[in-house]
Amino acid sequence: MAGLPPFQHLIDSHRTDVWRFLVASVGPAEAEDCFQETFLSALRAYPRLRPDSNLRAWILTIAHRKALDVHRARRRRPVAVAEVEVDSRGGEQPAGAVPDGDLWSAVAALPPRQRAAVLLRCAGDLSHRQVAHALGCSEEAARRSAYEGLKKLREVYPT
Amino acid sequence: MNEIERKLHGLAGADAVARSGQAARRTVARAVSEGVADLWFTSIESPVGDLLAAGTRRGLVQLAYEDGDREDLLRGLSARLSPRMVEAGPALDDVRRQLEEYFDRRRRRFELRLDWSLAPGFRGRVLHATADVPYGQVTTYAEVAARAGSPRGFRAAGNALGANPLPIVVPCHRVLRAGGHLGGYTGGLGRKRYLLETEGVLQAGLLDLPPARPRP
Repeated sequence: MAGLPPFQHLIDSHRTDVWRFLVASVGPAEAEDCFQETFLSALRAYPRLRPDSNLRAWILTIAHRKALDVHRARRRRPVAVAEVEVDSRGGEQPAGAVPDGDLWSAVAALPPRQRAAVLLRCAGDLSHRQVAHALGCSEEAARRSAYEGLKKLREVYPT
Repeated sequence: MNEIERKLHGLAGADAVARSGQAARRTVARAVSEGVADLWFTSIESPVGDLLAAGTRRGLVQLAYEDGDREDLLRGLSARLSPRMVEAGPALDDVRRQLEEYFDRRRRRFELRLDWSLAPGFRGRVLHATADVPYGQVTTYAEVAARAGSPRGFRAAGNALGANPLPIVVPCHRVLRAGGHLGGYTGGLGRKRYLLETEGVLQAGLLDLPPARPRP
């Protein structure tokens, strides 16, 4: 019997990857809302999914879109929380002792595609090919975005 | 992986597994209450072994002896009803509580909404007839067949009861062969016997059958 496994399997297998990705992308305060919206959207669309789809890549693609919504909404706000954090603390931390909050700020300051590529790769553990699929770009472009994004993060926090 | 990549992976903290589990439970509760899920399930412990309970908007749709086949049961439900399935114990608290009361001999009648989707046609009619057999009483395959509108269909009635998607709640254990023989039971005769003893129909050791006890 082919067919889709019960949706609960997808939650059990991938919830932690999705959580990691979302906390890294939108921060702990908004991760839960994003997480719930991700799985509820997935649940709505699930019966139409092809049974041979890669479920982890699919759910992380949805998570990526939800995170994008959050980042867009923040840009529309007059003063974004992430920018305040960068302004108040950026550049004064000794290398190697970077509080996670600052890494968040640096991640949030990346251009959207680089941020998504870096986090889908590093926090979501997707392959470059899967990242490309999630971003709707070529594998080369996904690889390049991740590379550029990581390079910027290293410039801010040399290790 | 270099330092930055490790940090990115670990940004969610060491408790990411626990936190994502809590978030998942809250998500599932919303999926049920907002009507996004079609089917919810949970395991319920009982003296006759673990039971898998599954519910829909219409009511309890399946109660099954797990017997190590939980995964097959879940996949079967996904294929037959809907893959929009989530594990949500609280949504089935009523079922859990009423079963507990039944096994404690504090409940003689289940007051649950039932979804008969898995019992279409003649099978459904046989099971409806069976649902009317009162606590502590027994009937025969021929009688439920007759009440289902097919007086000579006792063999078909036996098959319908054997495929009962709602055992215990729809009391197919109260249907015996003519002459007082126990007949068959989906979950094994030991269970049928246990249920009838619970209801006071059988006294332990009255018939020469395996002792009533849940299967390992």
